Amino acid sequence: MPPLTLATQLLHVLAAGLLMISFAMLSQRRTRRLIFLLAWQGAVLTASTLLAARTAHLPHLYYSAALTLVEKVWLMPWILMRLMRRLGIEGDSDPLVNIPTLMLVGLGLVIFAFGLAQPISSLAITVTRQTLGVAMSVVLLAFLMMIARHKAVTQVIGFLAMENGLFFAATCMTYGMPMVIELGIALDLLVGVFIFGIFFFQIREQFDSLDLHQLEALKEE
Amino acid sequence: MNALALIGQLGGVVLAVAMAPVLAGWVAQCRAWLQNRTAPPLLQPYRTLRKLFRKDAALATNASPLFRTTPYIVFGTMAMAAAIIPSVTTDLPMARVADAIALVGLFATARVFIALAAMDIGTVFGSMGARREMMVGFLAEPALLMVLFNTFLMFGSTALPTVVEDTVNTHGLLLHPSLAFAGVAFVMVLLAENARIPIDNPSTHLEVTMIHEAMVLEYSARHLALIEWASWLKLFNYACIGFALFAPWGIALHAAGPLRLLFAVIWLVAKLAVAGAVLAVIETVSAKLRIFRAPEFLSMAFLLAVLGLLVYLLLQS
Repeated sequence: MPPLTLATQLLHVLAAGLLMISFAMLSQRRTRRLIFLLAWQGAVLTASTLLAARTAHLPHLYYSAALTLVEKVWLMPWILMRLMRRLGIEGDSDPLVNIPTLMLVGLGLVIFAFGLAQPISSLAITVTRQTLGVAMSVVLLAFLMMIARHKAVTQVIGFLAMENGLFFAATCMTYGMPMVIELGIALDLLVGVFIFGIFFFQIREQFDSLDLHQLEALKEE
Repeated sequence: MNALALIGQLGGVVLAVAMAPVLAGWVAQCRAWLQNRTAPPLLQPYRTLRKLFRKDAALATNASPLFRTTPYIVFGTMAMAAAIIPSVTTDLPMARVADAIALVGLFATARVFIALAAMDIGTVFGSMGARREMMVGFLAEPALLMVLFNTFLMFGSTALPTVVEDTVNTHGLLLHPSLAFAGVAFVMVLLAENARIPIDNPSTHLEVTMIHEAMVLEYSARHLALIEWASWLKLFNYACIGFALFAPWGIALHAAGPLRLLFAVIWLVAKLAVAGAVLAVIETVSAKLRIFRAPEFLSMAFLLAVLGLLVYLLLQS
């Protein structure tokens, strides 16, 4: 095993932090705390992008780090918080089925993602290639979170967490996507969150609740 | 075995036994400050011990010898554990007898005895506390073992002194992401095992919510003093395991001089002061969980420790 440089070690620690935040989100009941965790995930993502930019001397990664900071640490959580206050669901909690089971499923997903990433990451040449497994598990855990949740708001948070995982995968495999695409995705997400916000009000007006299981019931009119 | 190693070994145990009440006092003091209360003096636990040792012990009429011997067994087990953990020096003649897995066994022995003694009298609260304690214990133990396996995997040894020496000697500053996972899991296990706030409230007076306190309700005087002392010693031991695994700086290595040992003691006191303050902060900011949430909390700890193992295998390959 060759000795790792300090930057690589730091990146590994940040990747581990990302994974830990994903698990914390999976087990968190309160919507408010979930939004905080999402902001933290964005902050860790910013730090890892900055570090990758410094190690690989790629100036365009600095821009994408700045974009992440503004969008994912400040803007998105702020919009979600506002939405939550407007909807009056601040102290609301999302009933979850059996957290220990969910955690075990998550653990299985992590093993699966690590196994999947192993052959791919051996082909990459970036210094951050080892972290692909972590990025993929963040994506899969966000999927799991969207499946296990009932409420619309928490599902959107899961969606945003998934995007974080994809962004991390892009950074660690190919040093990020071209700037145009990154800007496009950022804008798409923003618009997506706005549209979701409108949907929340519509869903609540129709069903008096944000529980998506209500959508499954047939309604005659 | 030279004389210095023997002195280090005995001194370590005496230091642990003497400092455990001070640590408990320090945590209580920090908690009081954080809650805007007037803090009890640092040596309050010693005063409690003196008061208890002076009193006459009252025993239930149907108490068996098991009930009377348990305090001594529990205290002895904890002192024995303190002899194995490298808190001041790694040159421990006792540590060759038992590795970290045996250490977990020692804690389990103490738990079994205290639970049996709690059921011995046959009161409701005693057996209820014993049942809860065993539930928490059986969830916390695998998590603790997994945390230990993290470091065993990294250093290829199950002996705590070897782990400490390897970390200090060969690696210097090396960031291990798996150690971050193991560290968080360890803190969670520490809180659960030492009857701290998310799982149990050490200062509760409401019998229905008690775990540890319910088990020792029937004890009085010198028996109670020994049990309390043993539980403080347990907290001290857990803190020292944490230092050995995650922050081994300052611990005197093999064949260190007396001056180095003194330096190690100062380091230990500094680390304990920080750890006690952090523990008080954790206890102040978190609310006590319902007992049925305890499996969730501890399965989270187990999971984090296993994740640490996985991350190690992935990132180092």
